[in-house]
Amino acid sequence: MSSNAPDPAGDPNIRETPAGKTTGPDTDTLLQTQGLVKEFGGLTAIDGVDFGVDEGELRCLIGPNGAGKSTLMKLITGRHDATDGRIFYDGADVTEMRSHERVRQGIGIKFQVPSVFEAMTAFENVRLPAQRVVDGDVRERVSDTLERVGLGGFDDVTASDLSHGQQQRLEIGMAAALEPDLLLLDEPVAGLSLEERGEIADLVQELNDDGITFVIIEHDIDFVERIADAVTVLHQGAVFREGSIEDIRADDEVRRIYLGGE
Amino acid sequence: MSATSGVFRVVDRIRARLEGPNTIGNSRGFWLGFALVLAGAFAYPTFVSAYQAGNTALFLLYGLLALSLSVVWGYAGILSFGQVVFFGFAGYTFGIVSINLGSTLGVTLAIPVAVLIATVVAFLLGYFMFYGDVSGVFVAIITLVVTLVLQTFMAQTAGDAWTVGSVALGGFNGMPGIPNLAVGTEATSVTFRGGVFYWLVLSALVVSYLGLRVLVNGRFGYAMVGIREDEDRVEMLGYDIRRVKLAVFTLGGTMAGFSGVLYAAWGNYIDPSVYSLTFATMPVVWVTVGGRTSMLGAVLATVSIEWFRQQLSITGSEYAMVIVGLLLLGVVLLVPEGFVPFVHRKVTEFRSDPTEGIPDAPESPGEGAAE
Repeated sequence: MSSNAPDPAGDPNIRETPAGKTTGPDTDTLLQTQGLVKEFGGLTAIDGVDFGVDEGELRCLIGPNGAGKSTLMKLITGRHDATDGRIFYDGADVTEMRSHERVRQGIGIKFQVPSVFEAMTAFENVRLPAQRVVDGDVRERVSDTLERVGLGGFDDVTASDLSHGQQQRLEIGMAAALEPDLLLLDEPVAGLSLEERGEIADLVQELNDDGITFVIIEHDIDFVERIADAVTVLHQGAVFREGSIEDIRADDEVRRIYLGGE
Repeated sequence: MSATSGVFRVVDRIRARLEGPNTIGNSRGFWLGFALVLAGAFAYPTFVSAYQAGNTALFLLYGLLALSLSVVWGYAGILSFGQVVFFGFAGYTFGIVSINLGSTLGVTLAIPVAVLIATVVAFLLGYFMFYGDVSGVFVAIITLVVTLVLQTFMAQTAGDAWTVGSVALGGFNGMPGIPNLAVGTEATSVTFRGGVFYWLVLSALVVSYLGLRVLVNGRFGYAMVGIREDEDRVEMLGYDIRRVKLAVFTLGGTMAGFSGVLYAAWGNYIDPSVYSLTFATMPVVWVTVGGRTSMLGAVLATVSIEWFRQQLSITGSEYAMVIVGLLLLGVVLLVPEGFVPFVHRKVTEFRSDPTEGIPDAPESPGEGAAE
């Protein structure tokens, strides 16, 4: 399948995309966007993005503020409608699907701001996704999930009484309870202590070992270095670089636009 | 002995379905009180005149209308001023069908037809709103506008042109001669009037209340409450929120419709005032005062407010609605959650040691208490 994306070479802001990445959906590719464009009025937030993730991969998405990372995630989950381009998931075109249908296809998301149901207990928070995928008694699934994200024994605690880090883990648990194939995490460790970041990293890696593919937006480059298989750098709404964390770190241009030459 | 334990097991199983975090009253004490009050309520017509029992039945059928809004607004977060639309549609339909057919069997048939019409109207209105991605305050505006448009429309139906079969819609003169509620054929039938009508309404109310308790504490109820709290979040958990909202709204229409049938049969009459701004606002007032998240609160507030309003108008006071307005204002400002949830919270706080207000959370494995 050929890409209908605008030619990236025509855009002076875009350097070449990594070699060897095909844009058509193939068997190993779980998620693939083709020439994805999102315009808000006169602003082009996403400008012809070809972004692919292989099954089982743990990909991090980095870039300066306003690069379009969250917008790209919202396009993938259907929170935003694409202005142009296509989104393929597991070989099927999901561009026109509504959010809940994409979730049912296996795409899960954890939002940037922890958005748990504050008035509900931890148990009820996880029950809501679990009851949709489990027939019969959901209690076991909910307890397992809470145990898994390190919230065993917190069943009856109201979510608003949990710490920020616990809420982040609870929300990952809510997404994981759906047994997704692809999990999108938007800044999962923002505002967390070093210790909590370690816990989230361990949790993500465990879930990844179980076969869940991840796309994670994160500013914390140490966290990214610890978990990522590969990194995509977004800049001004386009893919700027893609590769291993070492390559990205060593890239002078990336350092200039994002990493600040640390 | 084993028979008793068997009974207890059945009771426990029923309770498990009726109870949950989405309802107030999940203890033996609550159900004991509930049973006592219910016994008193059922015995009530034997102590008062048939007129008095029939009069109280009006408050109870309003309670059913309040329940319909409680589930739609209090549980699914959809503020609807349109419950009276379904109430009125069913009332008028019941009148048209029952008068035209003019027999006991006709009256019996008119009941499901009227409720079905109300359900279909609710489904269509809900479909266009929710599948048109209308939400929040716009649902309130649209439902209110539909109500007022219906009032304007029905008000101009006084002419001879507006008859359905042998029944004139009657404009503001209303539709008189609507028969009492009856079930059966000419040979064997039960007609509901006075105390018997009261028992019917009370039974409908109790069955609806218990049924809704099972609903809101089940899977569907969790989805509803989730939508009330954060509908975008619920959608990202894979729920088709439009479908859930449409289902709740339609159910609310069915309940309001049945309430409307009871109303038309109660007064043997209906007129366009059921679509008035005042009447459209009343369910919102009842539910707000009683507590949006408490179905029992909605019913208690309805009965209390309506009884109070009637007392005031009997004694000749013109200020009934002003006082109801002040009550609403007071509740919104002082106890915004409504009376029953407020009292419930206070009692719960009083019972438990204040230091144990927040359960002691076990230490998390990493114990990353950063904050």
